[in-house]
Amino acid sequence: MKKQILALAAVASLALAACGGDAPAATSDPTGGATTGAGENVTLRWWHNSNNSPGKEYYDKVAADFEADNPGVTIEVTAMQHEDMGTKIEAAWQAGDMPDIYMERGGGELAAKVEAGLVKDLTEPSAEAIEKLGGSVAGWQVDGKTYALPFSMGVVGFWYNTELFEKAGVTEAPETWTDMFAAIDKLKAAGIEPIAVGAGDKWPAAHYWYYFALRECTGDVLDEAVKTLDFSDQCFVRAGEQLEKVIAAEPFNAGFLTTPAQAGPTSASGLLATGKVAMELAGHWEPGVMQGLTEDGKGLGDKTGWFAFPQTEGQQGDPSSALGGGDAWGAPADAPDQAVDFINYLLSDEVQTGFAENDMGLPTNPNATSAVSDPALADLLKVRDSAARVQLYFDTAFGQAVGGAMNDAIALMFAGQASPQDIVDATQEAADAEK
Amino acid sequence: MSQTTAAPPKGASEGVVEGGRSEERPPVTRPRKPRDWKMVVEIIAFTAPALILFAMFVVWPMLKAVQFSLFRWKGFGPLVDFVGLKNYISVLSNDVFIGALGHNLFIVVASIVIQLPLGIAIALLLNRKMRFQGILRTVVFVPYVLAEVIAGVVWFQLLQPKYGVIDSMLAVVGLQGPPQGFLGTPEYALWTVMVVITWKYLGLAIILFLAGLQGVPEELHEAAQIDGASWWQTQWHITIPLLGPTLRTWAFLSMVGSLQLFDMVWILTKGGPANATTTMATFLINEGTKRSNYGIAGAASVILFVIALTMALLYQRFVLRRDHATDEPKEKSR
Repeated sequence: MKKQILALAAVASLALAACGGDAPAATSDPTGGATTGAGENVTLRWWHNSNNSPGKEYYDKVAADFEADNPGVTIEVTAMQHEDMGTKIEAAWQAGDMPDIYMERGGGELAAKVEAGLVKDLTEPSAEAIEKLGGSVAGWQVDGKTYALPFSMGVVGFWYNTELFEKAGVTEAPETWTDMFAAIDKLKAAGIEPIAVGAGDKWPAAHYWYYFALRECTGDVLDEAVKTLDFSDQCFVRAGEQLEKVIAAEPFNAGFLTTPAQAGPTSASGLLATGKVAMELAGHWEPGVMQGLTEDGKGLGDKTGWFAFPQTEGQQGDPSSALGGGDAWGAPADAPDQAVDFINYLLSDEVQTGFAENDMGLPTNPNATSAVSDPALADLLKVRDSAARVQLYFDTAFGQAVGGAMNDAIALMFAGQASPQDIVDATQEAADAEK
Repeated sequence: MSQTTAAPPKGASEGVVEGGRSEERPPVTRPRKPRDWKMVVEIIAFTAPALILFAMFVVWPMLKAVQFSLFRWKGFGPLVDFVGLKNYISVLSNDVFIGALGHNLFIVVASIVIQLPLGIAIALLLNRKMRFQGILRTVVFVPYVLAEVIAGVVWFQLLQPKYGVIDSMLAVVGLQGPPQGFLGTPEYALWTVMVVITWKYLGLAIILFLAGLQGVPEELHEAAQIDGASWWQTQWHITIPLLGPTLRTWAFLSMVGSLQLFDMVWILTKGGPANATTTMATFLINEGTKRSNYGIAGAASVILFVIALTMALLYQRFVLRRDHATDEPKEKSR
């Protein structure tokens, strides 16, 4: 409660921006006059988040290989912790001092940047890679043009502790919510907390609503909603009604309203990793996160199981549709052409195979997917690759302003203070403010 | 200029300058132009770095905040979408912000109501001669020295429902914490945060009050004792009134801090559950960094600033002024 707080609260969000002043973001050239054309010396700045072994060494080698094949190109690699990188990228956009290759989350945030003319169009220079990646690039396309290439993509599903399931007598992974409610009852009867959810961070709670929307809404409705920000279709209300039923069954860990997603052993991931709850809805990152939260560094180890989000009765969405998302490489509009060459190289069979072998993520290049060795991740990969639709997380797809309002309203429902209609109304209100 | 100051003998030059100037200006001061000029340069040279830093890191961001608050801005690209006062209207008509303002005011009042009597009582006790006085004072002050983030994380773990230390202790005496935990239940969350804040900041109040007690003359106590006053009467009628200026200054710091409260709330609850502990500061951080509504965040920060400034000025005008007023007549009478 001292002066630091003034600094934090009143200045934090603004000071960063102020440092950049009014420098026009789109026209400044951070590389100091790097121009195109063969034979000239170009320095490319690349920010990535593989800051520990073996990913960091692998990416250093990738950069060195590219330099060797492209004389005159120097790559300045900066490896950062994931959240730090996110903050730094945000500040770099505000200051107009972006690296030449950066990680792009796609969706509404990307669309806004495209509208401001800040991102390089990769449609032509990366045509070959885009062809190979197929539907995965959808989340990074705006008006039919591609602005970033996803290099790792996964889907969200339930991670569970096979041992605890056995103990409670749940022999088969639930396929429908009827099965799921039965499993919840069995787990509770055995004295086991069924599900961990980090509703303190809001997005883990919001993933439930997203998934029910995916089950209840047809693909056309969702495509239309992303485009027009219109949530009047009743399927969005039904998504909330389904979620209400889940909350009413009280399957969640004690104190879930303040539980963080991944920070520390008492977070949702920590509770799963230490065997205190039976399952958690999370993405492909979960095994890695759990490894970091256990003393032996193994997470749940061979007790790790995975199943897809259960189906609901009478749903209109395609049963194979999955909620997911990934990380993509993009370049600012003013980046030199060699940046695009490097992005294409990062998506090549060779680099993506090494990426998979080093367990750095789930490759998007189909020629590299066989290199994924972890059995649970291989299961997940099958679901991803056979999905009729991989829906980008709604908070990303709709952009932070709409997504944030949506997440806040869903968190309110978890606290018993919002109805299915309230979620739709809050989202629509934020969407209307965007128009 | 260097010739006039350096060359002639001291006495002579002073005489000339003084004589020449005395007709133009009143003779009370001894104006020596070269030195005046030098002083100005010196003042500029010494204050410039601080002023530049102040302008860069305080004035400039503040002006920027005002500028952002008038635009719809997502955090990148040029400022083009001018919306006038729309952001202010949307902040002031936002239920969450109004709730946050209410929480801030609750914390302002609760801090004073809880910490003031507790702080005075403990300070009076610690001011008596006793064994382990030094150690006790240190113990009381330790929470204040801890970084806010660390204190927050520790309390978050202590307050974990089911697995946390507090719930385990309650279980020993046969009680049970709320199922969502003290931080996760909207009805208790703000009070729980208040308890942690009290734990954290009581030490500061006590140390300030102890310092104030050093300024209460011993003779007054002795005189009172001779007149037959009890210990309690002495404290109530002499010590506490003389502690007035310290109490008022502490209350001022407490008020300003409560209005700007951010870190402890962010770590314990992030403003949740169901916005039960949102403060104006967590609201604006959420709007800015989580929702990319930098215009709204700018407007909220300006509103927070205006509220804090207004309350500070009013306090200065009506409360702290008493302390200045008692000094002034003395100065004049001399």
